[in-house]
Amino acid sequence: MLQSSVDRVAEATPHAIARRMHGLSDRALAWLFVAPSIVLLLAVNIFPLIWTIRLSFTNFRVNRPNAEVEFIGLKNYLNILSDRDIWLTMQATAHFLIWTIVLQVLIGFALAFLINKKFRGNDLWTTIIVLPMMLSPAVVGNFWTFLYQPQIGLFNYAVGFLTGADPSSFSMIGDVSLAPWAIIIVDTWMWTPFVMLICLAGLRSIPASIYEAAECDRASKWRQFWTITIPLVLPFLMLAVLFRGIENFKMFDLVVQLTGGGPGSVTELTSINLKREAFEKWRTGYASAYAVILFVTVFGLASIYVKALNKVKQR
Amino acid sequence: MKSRYVTSLAALGALLAAGAAGTGQASAKDLTLCWAAWDPANALVELSKDFEAKSGIKMKFEFVPWPNFADRMLNELNSGGKLCDLMIGDSQWIGGAAENGQYVKLNDFFDKEGIKMDDFIPATVVGYAEWPKNSPNYWALPAFGDVVGWSYRKDWFARPELQAEFKQKYGRDLAVPKTFAELKDIAEFFQKRQIDGKTVYGAAIYTERGSEGVTMGVMDVLYSFGFQYENPAKPYDLEGYVNSAKAVKGLEFYKQLYDCCTPPGHSDAYMSEDIDVYKSGQVALHMNFAFTWPGINADANVGGDKSGYFPNPAGPDGVAFAQLGGQGISVVSASEKKDDALAYIKWFAQPEIQQKWWQMGGYSALRKVVEDPGFATSQPYAQTFLDSMAIVKDFWAEPSYASLLQAAQKRFHDYVVAGQGSAQDALDGLVKDWTQVFDDEGKY
Repeated sequence: MLQSSVDRVAEATPHAIARRMHGLSDRALAWLFVAPSIVLLLAVNIFPLIWTIRLSFTNFRVNRPNAEVEFIGLKNYLNILSDRDIWLTMQATAHFLIWTIVLQVLIGFALAFLINKKFRGNDLWTTIIVLPMMLSPAVVGNFWTFLYQPQIGLFNYAVGFLTGADPSSFSMIGDVSLAPWAIIIVDTWMWTPFVMLICLAGLRSIPASIYEAAECDRASKWRQFWTITIPLVLPFLMLAVLFRGIENFKMFDLVVQLTGGGPGSVTELTSINLKREAFEKWRTGYASAYAVILFVTVFGLASIYVKALNKVKQR
Repeated sequence: MKSRYVTSLAALGALLAAGAAGTGQASAKDLTLCWAAWDPANALVELSKDFEAKSGIKMKFEFVPWPNFADRMLNELNSGGKLCDLMIGDSQWIGGAAENGQYVKLNDFFDKEGIKMDDFIPATVVGYAEWPKNSPNYWALPAFGDVVGWSYRKDWFARPELQAEFKQKYGRDLAVPKTFAELKDIAEFFQKRQIDGKTVYGAAIYTERGSEGVTMGVMDVLYSFGFQYENPAKPYDLEGYVNSAKAVKGLEFYKQLYDCCTPPGHSDAYMSEDIDVYKSGQVALHMNFAFTWPGINADANVGGDKSGYFPNPAGPDGVAFAQLGGQGISVVSASEKKDDALAYIKWFAQPEIQQKWWQMGGYSALRKVVEDPGFATSQPYAQTFLDSMAIVKDFWAEPSYASLLQAAQKRFHDYVVAGQGSAQDALDGLVKDWTQVFDDEGKY
């Protein structure tokens, strides 16, 4: 009779260990196996979070090890929520977030729709389109500063060529009105392929039989698009929005490389502002409160959004 | 078989012992020096070979590019890291590093080794070594003297057709400016001018937002226009000094200079961007720290006789000041090799080493070197360095300097580059920010 692998492992287990494990319930064994992961999670995620919350009620500064740490209640929270500059960075973040998501969803979906059609060179085009998202954000930020350079930048040259304007007459990252759009353009260029891939997965998951049935019912292409394609791809689109929303809420590297938060503070997103408070001004307690506020905002919005996403999926 | 086994074991043991001994020796006989990644750091690597040869201590170097230098190194100091035994830290760090016990106090060491602070340029002692300022408490040895000044295209200034046109327009010779108003005239004169078939621009100035750039540039002008950090009779009393009418005029001037006369896209430029713009032949005037001058002098495109150097010109009242740069060398308190680190400082302080340091491109702060009769003519920029070092002022060196700096960066960039609000708004806002910082520090 053939031995099962379980039997073989049981036979191979040293007697001492087997005796120790004997009598453990399945539940206990399960806990034994997941315990290392839980301990790790507690150490690197939960403990720092609790510690941050604790620090947020103090005036602690990490660069003043000898200074007395005082409990100051909600003072940090009140200062942050009543600070006009912080609300301006929130506005800059919201502007960046909304426009990048709108553009990436529209362009990403359109590209996915095109790529989903069968045509020659389909795979090659897919590869070319996804190239930007394979690059490091720091590298992308750096080379776009050259593309935006008024005297030698290709972007300015292209705009000048198309509009007749003098390429050196405008600076995408040096002008207060253009800089917020400069970072949106780069992020859209880089991350639209990601949205496209998710949409493509959604489009390819729709069974052909549904379209065939619609054809039999003489539904127009336009009607098929709105009543079949969009509803069935919607959960995927919503997932893409969730991913991009969370990513762009904490956007840092790309914008720091491109504008450093300037000109002035018009592209200073909350993550950049938070980094300045925490690691340039060294206001650790204040920055902890700031981080907690951002965490609660993202967590709250994401929770509401995930519930909506589940409802859409259940329909 | 048994003997082979024993032999192998013995060989392995010997190998491990040798390895352990090697490791022990390496950790006892090496030193790590932390500084910014720039040309003078490379010169210091070369210079330090002499120390290695004489002491048998191997030098290791941790150099970080300027935009990240403060972030990286202050993190290291604040966390009590043991990476750096020696730190050539920025002058503004001295207050925090002294009060938080991050640097070793050097008074006893200086006394024991006969190192006298009187032997160094006074401004560098106050700026790089003392905390509290103007008190005989030393936390560093002045290591690298630096100051903001200007380089200019001497060859363009010398062209007869440009000379004639300038004289006709402004009624004076095209020459090194004596005042900031004259400097702006020259910058305007060159702005978008065609020279040798290329469009050139007036001036490359500091406008960087991320670290300290725009503040280092603006302060040069503000000092010379009459800005004061505080009431001389009442420390930390800022109202009416930081935002005085003269300071407002100075800030307005800097914005005018930015608007009229910088190259396109010059909205986030600091040391390296400015030097690139100058070396590529795009500007007539170039604001930068003196450390850039040896590189300019040696440059194939703009070096030699093509460039000249001058200190900050005067403001409306005829007084001129310049922003101090440079650093002192300190022993990090967390280091386990303090004795070796002190030996390095002792070696570095020797006059012959300081002389060599200057010859290799490092700006020595030792008076014996800079007051040598041959010093002023030893390099084309040497006299300008001396003149500039004689008029220095420095930014706050308080333990809270980072918060003070970030507030200035925001207020100045918002006004100068982004054009938001007025100069008066910017300086009133700065008074508010700085007062808040000092209030948090318990200064009132």
